[in-house]
Amino acid sequence: MKFAIQINEGPYQHQASDSAYYFTKAVLEKGHEVMRVFFYHDGVNNGTRLTTPPQDDRNIVNRWSELGEQHNLDLVVCVAAAQRRGIVDEGEMQRNGKDAHNIAPGFRISGLGQLIEAGIQSERLVVFGD
Amino acid sequence: MSEEERTDDEGGVIKKFMYVNRRAPYGTVYALESLEVVLIGAAFDQDVSMVFIDDGVFEIKKGQDTAEIGMKNFSPTYRALEMYDVEKLYVSQESLAERGLTEDDLLVDVEVMPDSRIADLMDEQDVIFTF
Repeated sequence: MKFAIQINEGPYQHQASDSAYYFTKAVLEKGHEVMRVFFYHDGVNNGTRLTTPPQDDRNIVNRWSELGEQHNLDLVVCVAAAQRRGIVDEGEMQRNGKDAHNIAPGFRISGLGQLIEAGIQSERLVVFGD
Repeated sequence: MSEEERTDDEGGVIKKFMYVNRRAPYGTVYALESLEVVLIGAAFDQDVSMVFIDDGVFEIKKGQDTAEIGMKNFSPTYRALEMYDVEKLYVSQESLAERGLTEDDLLVDVEVMPDSRIADLMDEQDVIFTF
């Protein structure tokens, strides 16, 4: 089956990203397809490579990057939500005249159309959040 | 979930999309950002409906004044939904009553219905976004 995942909450504050990660992993292990993981609301904070959790804790951002690389996942951060919260890639940095970027490896910034498209093209859109 | 796949004139898939709004308009950003999803989504010509339930009914309450909290009053945008062909707005009868509101307190034309009917409508959807 073709899944799409939406994550609406940031890392550590909320379990949504953890649950989505384990769900995505399980779905892939069962041989299903995950056509997109879309990060919205505070969920965009899952896509900053500057996250530095204590060493004895899980690194939620790296975990997504690694899963993304292993399975060639399309990890998409919503541009409008990202701009509000300071999640920036090189293009956004230049466009908005910022002095840095912080997008984590394997993530890309794109529009809400990617979420709608995921709803249309997947057989199940699974939303994680409150 | 509807079993038969509907298509538009160009053979694109038309799915039943429902946006479920459960939160007050201010206090968190969910309501504002979910409205952005609805507006972008309108360009995709899907079969769209919106549900207002729990504190979500406050999103479409008349007379919102945000001057003293320093936030943008985005409630006029709900009135523009019609221009985006988002016309199916369903409101929970129980949620209105629990909050002492009636249909007259709302700034857009809606269909007020019991939660049981909203549950039936949810059953018919292909995609449900909850905010």
